[in-house]
Amino acid sequence: MPKTPLWDLPELPKNELPLHLQLQKTRVFCNNDAPTHTENIHYSGAYAAMGVDNSLRLDEFRKNFKVKIIKLNEEDMEFDLIGIDASIANAFRRILISEVPTMAIEKVLVANSSSVVQDEVLAHRLGLIPIIVDPRLFDYMSENDIPNEKNSIVFKLHVKNKRGSGERRTVFSHDLQWLPFGSEYALPTENPSDPNSNTKPKTYTSYTFSQDTLPEFSSNPITVTPGIIISKLGPGQEIELEAHACKGLGKTHAKWSPVATAWYRMLPEVILLQDIEDEDAEELVKKCPVNVFDIEDMGKGRKWATVARPRACTLCRECIREPGWEEKVALRRVKDHFIFTIESTGALPPEVLFTEAVKILEDKCERLITEMS
Amino acid sequence: MVMGVMEGSDALHPSQGMREVDKQFLAAPVKSAVDKFQLVPEFIKVRGLVKEHLDSFNYFITTDIKKIVEANNFVRCTFDDKVYLRYLKVSVGKPSVVKDGITDEMNPQQCRLGEMTYSAPICVDIEYCNGSYGHIVHPQVKKGVVIGRMPIMLRSSHCVLFGKDEEELAKLGECPLDPGGYFVVKGNEKVILIQEQLSKNRIIIDKDKKGCIQASIMSSTSMTKAKTTLVMEKEKIYLNLNSFTSKVPIMVVMKAMGMETDQEVVQMLGRDPQYAALLLPSMEDCSNLGIYTRKQALAFLDKKHRKWNNSNNSNNRKDDGGALGVLRDIFIATIQVKDDDFHRKCAYVVVMLRRMMDAYLNKDALDDKDYIGNKRLELSGTLMALLFEDLFKTMNTGLVAYSDNLLNKSSRSTKFDISQHISREDITNGLERSLSTGNWNLARFKMDKKGATQIVSRLSFIAAYGYMTKISPQFEKSRKVSGPRALQPSQWGMLCPCDTPEGEQCGLVKNLSLMTHVTTDEEEGPIITLCTNLGVEDLSLLSGEELHSPSSYLIMLNGSILGKHRRPQLFATSMRKLRRAGKISDFVSVHVNEKQRCVYIASDGGRVCRPLVIADNGVSRIKHHHMKELKDGIRNFDSFLREGLIEYLDVNEENNTLIALYEGEATSDTTHIEIEPFTILGVCAGLIPFPHHNQSPRNTYQCAMGKQAMGNIAYNQLCRMDTLIYLLVYPQRPLLTTRTIELVGYDKLGAGQNATVAVMSYSGYDIEDAIVMNKSSLDRGFGRCIVMKRHTAVYQKYANTSEQFSTPSRAPHDRERNQLLDNDGLASPGEIIRHQDLYFQKLVPENANISVNAHPSNIKYRPSRQTYKGAEGEAAVVDRVALCSDKRNNLSVKFMIRHTRRPEVGDKFSSRHGQKGVCGTIVQQEDFPFSERGICPDLIMNPHGFPSRMTVGKMIELLGSKAGVSCGRFHFGSAFGEPSGHADKVEDISATLVKHGFCYNGKDFLYSGITGTPLQAYIFMGPIYYQKLKHMVMDKMHARGMGPRQLITRQPTEGRSKNGGLRVGEMERDCLIAYGASNLIYERLMISSDPFEVQVCRKCGLLGYENHKTKAKVCSTCKNGDNISSMKLPYACKLLFQEIQSMNIVPKLTLADS
Repeated sequence: MPKTPLWDLPELPKNELPLHLQLQKTRVFCNNDAPTHTENIHYSGAYAAMGVDNSLRLDEFRKNFKVKIIKLNEEDMEFDLIGIDASIANAFRRILISEVPTMAIEKVLVANSSSVVQDEVLAHRLGLIPIIVDPRLFDYMSENDIPNEKNSIVFKLHVKNKRGSGERRTVFSHDLQWLPFGSEYALPTENPSDPNSNTKPKTYTSYTFSQDTLPEFSSNPITVTPGIIISKLGPGQEIELEAHACKGLGKTHAKWSPVATAWYRMLPEVILLQDIEDEDAEELVKKCPVNVFDIEDMGKGRKWATVARPRACTLCRECIREPGWEEKVALRRVKDHFIFTIESTGALPPEVLFTEAVKILEDKCERLITEMS
Repeated sequence: MVMGVMEGSDALHPSQGMREVDKQFLAAPVKSAVDKFQLVPEFIKVRGLVKEHLDSFNYFITTDIKKIVEANNFVRCTFDDKVYLRYLKVSVGKPSVVKDGITDEMNPQQCRLGEMTYSAPICVDIEYCNGSYGHIVHPQVKKGVVIGRMPIMLRSSHCVLFGKDEEELAKLGECPLDPGGYFVVKGNEKVILIQEQLSKNRIIIDKDKKGCIQASIMSSTSMTKAKTTLVMEKEKIYLNLNSFTSKVPIMVVMKAMGMETDQEVVQMLGRDPQYAALLLPSMEDCSNLGIYTRKQALAFLDKKHRKWNNSNNSNNRKDDGGALGVLRDIFIATIQVKDDDFHRKCAYVVVMLRRMMDAYLNKDALDDKDYIGNKRLELSGTLMALLFEDLFKTMNTGLVAYSDNLLNKSSRSTKFDISQHISREDITNGLERSLSTGNWNLARFKMDKKGATQIVSRLSFIAAYGYMTKISPQFEKSRKVSGPRALQPSQWGMLCPCDTPEGEQCGLVKNLSLMTHVTTDEEEGPIITLCTNLGVEDLSLLSGEELHSPSSYLIMLNGSILGKHRRPQLFATSMRKLRRAGKISDFVSVHVNEKQRCVYIASDGGRVCRPLVIADNGVSRIKHHHMKELKDGIRNFDSFLREGLIEYLDVNEENNTLIALYEGEATSDTTHIEIEPFTILGVCAGLIPFPHHNQSPRNTYQCAMGKQAMGNIAYNQLCRMDTLIYLLVYPQRPLLTTRTIELVGYDKLGAGQNATVAVMSYSGYDIEDAIVMNKSSLDRGFGRCIVMKRHTAVYQKYANTSEQFSTPSRAPHDRERNQLLDNDGLASPGEIIRHQDLYFQKLVPENANISVNAHPSNIKYRPSRQTYKGAEGEAAVVDRVALCSDKRNNLSVKFMIRHTRRPEVGDKFSSRHGQKGVCGTIVQQEDFPFSERGICPDLIMNPHGFPSRMTVGKMIELLGSKAGVSCGRFHFGSAFGEPSGHADKVEDISATLVKHGFCYNGKDFLYSGITGTPLQAYIFMGPIYYQKLKHMVMDKMHARGMGPRQLITRQPTEGRSKNGGLRVGEMERDCLIAYGASNLIYERLMISSDPFEVQVCRKCGLLGYENHKTKAKVCSTCKNGDNISSMKLPYACKLLFQEIQSMNIVPKLTLADS
């Protein structure tokens, strides 16, 4: 921004910021050396001297706030959050990563494992396998809880590579079998061969009924993401284990995180500060690796650079790298427009994850309000 | 010229049309730089990386051992000279084990696990005669008599692993990437370090402590080893020899050797009056002594001759023949004197004199002791040969002594048979003992070497490799001279300039470079004949004056004078041509020294050399079609050697060459071209990407740290039973590799992980090189490691019983404790084991010294247990349990107990650029910054680590890895690799980055994970290969309150292993005194240490005692209890008083009222 003496400034209508301040308020300037004006100005009286009220108004927020879904499939989703503060968008991101619960394998009972993978490594690998189940159908299991059909899922893995088969057998995640009746392994009891107990021996879980009788699971049994390599077995090796999953949060361990990752970026804004013509225009178009710019034919053989796809900008700063170009092109980010991406691990579809995140934030706010009042 | 790796194949096409192009085009920078690299892998394929060890050992076991046996092949009894034994043939068999009389084949892995020695029988054919008893007896012949067992070097020609392919090696339980070159002795892997020494039999001119010029020669023959020194003191020249009591004027020696007239000496010295003038004082000295004739000189020397009063040696020196004998056999022993013809020896002395005088006249004629060309590397074969020779001789003298003893006996029950008395234990045990202790004690050679062998530590794959290339120094560490520690220019290409330890060994311990070869001994005979045929005038035919005639050069072979040649350059060229043609060995070096007017030919062992491409007038002999043939597999490295395209040069011969680094830089004078510049680095430094961009000490640090990095050890790592194994759960190969990494196999057995690093400051827990780690990354397995410890338990054997297996009780109250144990009393594999858990139980006889007659059923046993001591609150797992017999043939059980650890605050990490740091804090992923593409770093490194360290290579690694990740190609960062395409250039990397939408400088636009707003700076972010080092807090952290105390002083014990206290040392105490915290001092030094209540007699000042029963306090000196006061004292103080008293000193305490 070139500096202008105060008295040269044009008379401004009240309740409106001067242009450069408005820009600084709403845009991040991505200069060649460093980004500037990255912070958000929240203080309601920040511009009081200019007679501008900076306070947040709910009705205005309501009016301006928009959500635009760009891309959505089972695994990932990209959508725009427009008219929201970075802190709120960030809150959603943080909650998605660490506070939306999922189910993950927490306990592994190894009956036999002769593979080269060590038991604890095997358990760790199992833990990281996403389980495709709606975690909302389950309760948390606290420390003293006995695992039951409401708070746990049990999988069985029994793979054996026959001796003399001569080849390696890969154990995949889809070799895990869901046990709707709970654990099959009996608890070690004080008197194991009690003859007069004709009841079923106690197992590591106490299910009162089978999970597949529940309407949610009767038609679609619980599975895990297929195709993940767990281990490899040489001839004669065998893995026999039971994996118990429970509900948890991503902040305890990344295996409970429902997203591979979730992040946002601010909407890129590429402004040509000057008219860029002919060779310069061609140079500019050539420079950009993601084709942000286009050339428009102005007729009479003259060419004109235009910003065609600002959204594609990855901020490689290639266009403003050479000296002099920073005066011609301005790279900016819109501070209240977030391109939000959610990559789900598969437990819940990404759109549901986001609504869950919103609910959790809502919950938190309510809790705060109740505790404050 | 810009050349990428990908362009390599294209470079071949122009060669088709090159045939008719003129020479100018050929001389122009050829695009073959990339191709020529193919020679390096080819070289390593045929050679392996530890060929010097293998060659040396192979030479010993196939050639040298025969020579040794042949030299000492006749053993005759002193009692009856008809009784004799003659060794006809010697050979070393295949590694085997003899168990209960049955010989079985053996492989190294069995030896490692079973604590055996990997050795092969030494078989000899003997011819012997057991005495005549009056009638003629024909000598008997016995074949294949075993005289001992020779430890076999792994992968040597006698090893079962020799020439095996990967699958066969896997069947033998061996890692195909393991280089071999070490021994397995009693289950331990032992490597004989390469020993660095000054060349033997070479004249070295230098200055002694007083600054006098001296010429010394270490002459070593199979018989003797002696040092001869000529010193120039106050212009007079003397001889220093151990056999003479004091220094001897050189002219006396010359006279004693038959050069009676001074003129003869001066004539031999050369016509230049300068030299004669310098000899004048010595001549005067001689005449002052009144010595004019040979007889007088010998008489003079006889007086100086040191008499060996030591009776042991008298046998050897019975016929030493006085001073003449010394001059003949000890004085420059390499020059052998035949029929009292001292001409050769005189000539040699004169050459020495002349060189001393040259040095006197011209200071730069002094030799440099640190010059690599003046050094020899002694390898395992040489050392083993020395040891074997000694043991063989000992065995023979033992045989003679034993037979004499037997024959001496008047009545013998059995018929005497000398072949029955060859002891096979002497050699076996001697070799085994020296290898396992590293002590090379050879009285015969006055050799007393300690620490010649070391255990191959298997901390990481690279560490094991490092041991094979390590060179241990000749000097003691205490010498405070910088010379031997400094980097020698002659090390170029031979010894790694980076890989040396820090601290006291710095610069003394060196490592071999990638392509270095160490020569073995070569026959001299054919070379001498060849030289004569090439026109060398024999020394004995030369008159004294001709020796230094200016028109010709002296020809020296392995330090001794062969003769003269009038056209030295022609001679040298023809020798080299013959070598290239393969008529003489590849490793014979020919070197013309114009200053000394000598041609040196060397064929001795221990010289370092390396291969170079031969160039004619600056044009490389290797053409594109050669490389194409190599690629197609028609050629190999040997054929390049055989066809004279490549040759080995040692350091001395390099001085006669002009070596161009690249073909493009070659001028018409260039004689050789380097194969690849990165081969000047060794294995450890070869792992560093872009080392040529780093500050040099950083590379040195990384060389040391690479050996501590956790990762894969070997393909058979899970079958090994080492005392301690560190493994990484998910090791990766580096994204930014080097050629060396591929050659060595580090890409298959990596020791680190590619972490996405953001270079920024974060949280304040990253000061002083600490790094901030992402918790989610750790959750997902980053830096997870396995520590396996071996615990051993032994079933001891007793006179008539042994310790027994014990079945643990399953009674309710015992069950808890015994739950890990199987029915045999051993913990079963897979069980989770915690601190204080029982893992082994056996039955021990209650009475250790039971009589042999006791009936087995009467012996009573009690159980004995072993509990696991690990970190509290941590769960380990019993990984493997192995049973084997140990060295004393007891049954021993080995438990491998495994502990998997995730990184925690305080664990040490390091990049490959000597940048180590501990984990400062672990932060949740959502608090970590994230990029526009959603990338979240695995760790954050403080940018302050860069300015002072100047590790630009690390930054380029980051850029290169980032480009590699985005374009899907492993990038390279070989040392000095940019011109030849083995390292990607920063411009190219930047272009790749831009192509994939990153900023050219690798800096990303990041959002703060905490506030959600963009960071006010672009952050340098990308993957860097990080190593987890073996230092982990869990093994180090320690604190205690009450705890064990030492027995004598009653002060707390020291050290973590003994749960010791934390000492308030002198300086800490000083601080407390200065601060005035007297009560704190009192508490720390007394109350929490060793308080003790004593009774002090106020009168005599000595310590009394309190009678426990009567509670009466008595002073034992005054015999009453009148003046007793009780006070507190540190127990150590009381102990001191008593100890002083025991030395008849009376310490008195004077008490005052407080």
